[in-house]
Amino acid sequence: MKNITYIYNMMPVLFGVLFSLATSCEREPSDDTRFATFSANPEVFIDNFSAGLDYGPFDGAYADAFSIDSENKYSGTTSMRFDVPAFGEGYVGAFFFVDAPRDLSGFDALTFYAKSSQSADINEIGFGVNNYNDSKYQVSAKDLKITTQWKKYIIPIPDPSKLFAETGLLWLAEGAENETDESGYTFWFDDIKYEKLGTIAQPQPAIMAGENVNVSTFNGTTINVSDLTQTFNLGSGDNMTTYIAPSYFDFMSSNPEIASIDEFGNISVRKAGLSKITAILAGVEAKGSLVLESSGDFTAAPNPTNDAANVISIFSDAYTNAPVDYYNGYWAPFQTTQGQNDVTINGNNIISYTDLNFVGIQFSEPTINASAMTNLRLDVYTSETLDTSDYLKIQIVDLNSETTGEYTVPVSDLASNTWTSLDIPLANFAGLSSTSSLYQIIFVTDATITSMLVDNIYLYQ
Amino acid sequence: MKVNIKYKLFLQGVLSLLTVVFIFGCSTSENQDVVSNFYNLTMADEFNTDGPPDASIWNYNIGTGTNGWGNNELQYYTNRTENVTVQNGILIITAKKEDYNGSAYTSARLTSKNLFEQKYGRFEARIRLPFGQGLWPACGEIDIMEYRGENPTIVLGSVHGPGYSGANAVSKSYELKNDRFDTEFHVFGIEWGPDFINYYVDDVLYNQITPDDVEGQWVFDHPFYIIMNLAVGGNFVAAPNNETVFPQTMLVDYVRVYNTISTN
Repeated sequence: MKNITYIYNMMPVLFGVLFSLATSCEREPSDDTRFATFSANPEVFIDNFSAGLDYGPFDGAYADAFSIDSENKYSGTTSMRFDVPAFGEGYVGAFFFVDAPRDLSGFDALTFYAKSSQSADINEIGFGVNNYNDSKYQVSAKDLKITTQWKKYIIPIPDPSKLFAETGLLWLAEGAENETDESGYTFWFDDIKYEKLGTIAQPQPAIMAGENVNVSTFNGTTINVSDLTQTFNLGSGDNMTTYIAPSYFDFMSSNPEIASIDEFGNISVRKAGLSKITAILAGVEAKGSLVLESSGDFTAAPNPTNDAANVISIFSDAYTNAPVDYYNGYWAPFQTTQGQNDVTINGNNIISYTDLNFVGIQFSEPTINASAMTNLRLDVYTSETLDTSDYLKIQIVDLNSETTGEYTVPVSDLASNTWTSLDIPLANFAGLSSTSSLYQIIFVTDATITSMLVDNIYLYQ
Repeated sequence: MKVNIKYKLFLQGVLSLLTVVFIFGCSTSENQDVVSNFYNLTMADEFNTDGPPDASIWNYNIGTGTNGWGNNELQYYTNRTENVTVQNGILIITAKKEDYNGSAYTSARLTSKNLFEQKYGRFEARIRLPFGQGLWPACGEIDIMEYRGENPTIVLGSVHGPGYSGANAVSKSYELKNDRFDTEFHVFGIEWGPDFINYYVDDVLYNQITPDDVEGQWVFDHPFYIIMNLAVGGNFVAAPNNETVFPQTMLVDYVRVYNTISTN
């Protein structure tokens, strides 16, 4: 059985390197050429696995989650049964694939019947997850509501013409996300197949969640187009949005010399200036855009010099980082801060915060025992003009003692358009009674400083 | 009975709700039980001249009427090019979201009143409908087709008369299989004779209404005129929501009316 690593609630897709082979001369196919065609078998599971179908549970999934059930079924003799374990016992996660690709280009949707032992939301379900082309055409419907009665569900294909050779016919992931989430229940699927419904229409593709996003950046930055969706109006009149892989889109850069983009949505910033990234899906312009403004060459933060043996690193390329939950919790409802650890400049990972008012970095699994550490060190960079009323407050939260220490960096310790290395004794964090279970680091500017790059965050002794 | 409100054929596109079109006189296919022979063309607008619609056939209703044309509709009807124009052989009626004279939406409503009216015959139009909640066409007395933008596969054929108007109209719906009304053109029509109204979509006869079907008086014995409109919101559809896309368009390829020499 093949395994793919499934990072829960994240796209399990790692894009490989594409090789293109150029031949020395181009020839038209002769009249005798027969292009390979693949089976257009629409069936995934009617009363049993369709021809060639195989089952691939994700790493970490509950091993006994899936079975074939002859008692509960929508029609025929059997259904697919999934048993969702209790919180902490793993999750239901698998893909169903064929070795010989299917030609799905004549269909417009994956359809199935589903019911559950209690009303529930399936976290993610779709198709296109495979080992064949690195899930190049992955599609996910999120939080699909199912009920205790059999009902038909439709997952539209974003652009059927792309799926002339697909092996990932169905994938799903459902598990208890916390102790109060639904768990310990069962759901069933039946009559899973691809269909040409003819009622899937009015596409409204989007990138960047349909927003026009501006990002200040530097030469050498690599960044991804994100939040890619396709929305169709179904025959019922309801809109259905799916989260889709970048390869469904054709991306364009208004100035490729400044920022170029590849078919996987990876952007490389090359020189100073403005470039706008837009996209088209099957002839329909996507809502949303990404404007990159490069201010020129980037000077990296100074390399840390502390001995790795004396360091607990939160974010640095120079050290092995401790497990971190996130570099931006997007705390609702008052946080405006955007950006996280998604910027790479000349191979150096940095954090870029924009629209900054406050933002938290969390490391809860496990918390960090910094009892032996004496200082917090980090590098910050802002291109804004600093006023004397501006400030940067840094808070450190300790879980077990339930205390928070705060230190306000004097604006005189910061500078514009250059990296500033801050080295703060932990003893200066007033109010922090213990450092044995550190849990969060929070930056607060209350929008006095709205954009900030951060690198090399670590504790040392 | 107030005759002059009653005699309208509606072609209406309602974005979320109803679009109406007229009759389609499906040319009596062999296995249909249709007795009429409406082959004599009495009016045709093929919309072949770019610009405003043919003023010899079409008037406009302007404004918000009384109580949103009696249905609490949300749009302000205009005859501006932005709301109604002919381009490339197609009549385009556009519902827009914009603040205009106190209304949040604009659209257009064409009527052939005093310009073209006819008793009995085949009334048909070829139309591509809009989609989205909150869009519908106003109701005529004989609704050649009513459509709600939130139900993109369903149209209704109805009659409204004394004692059977509004929600009590006599109607029947037709659902397209494996297709929808907002992606391609479809022909909508009625064949109307002294004691029947047949409703068609493309080549399918889906409803016949006769005097026996209505509770009240059969009033469909006067010349009717044609209305084509695209309404927003109102009593018969939900209001547009944040998923309703504007602008929305109703495209009309042609309107044709026939009678039979022997009728009248």
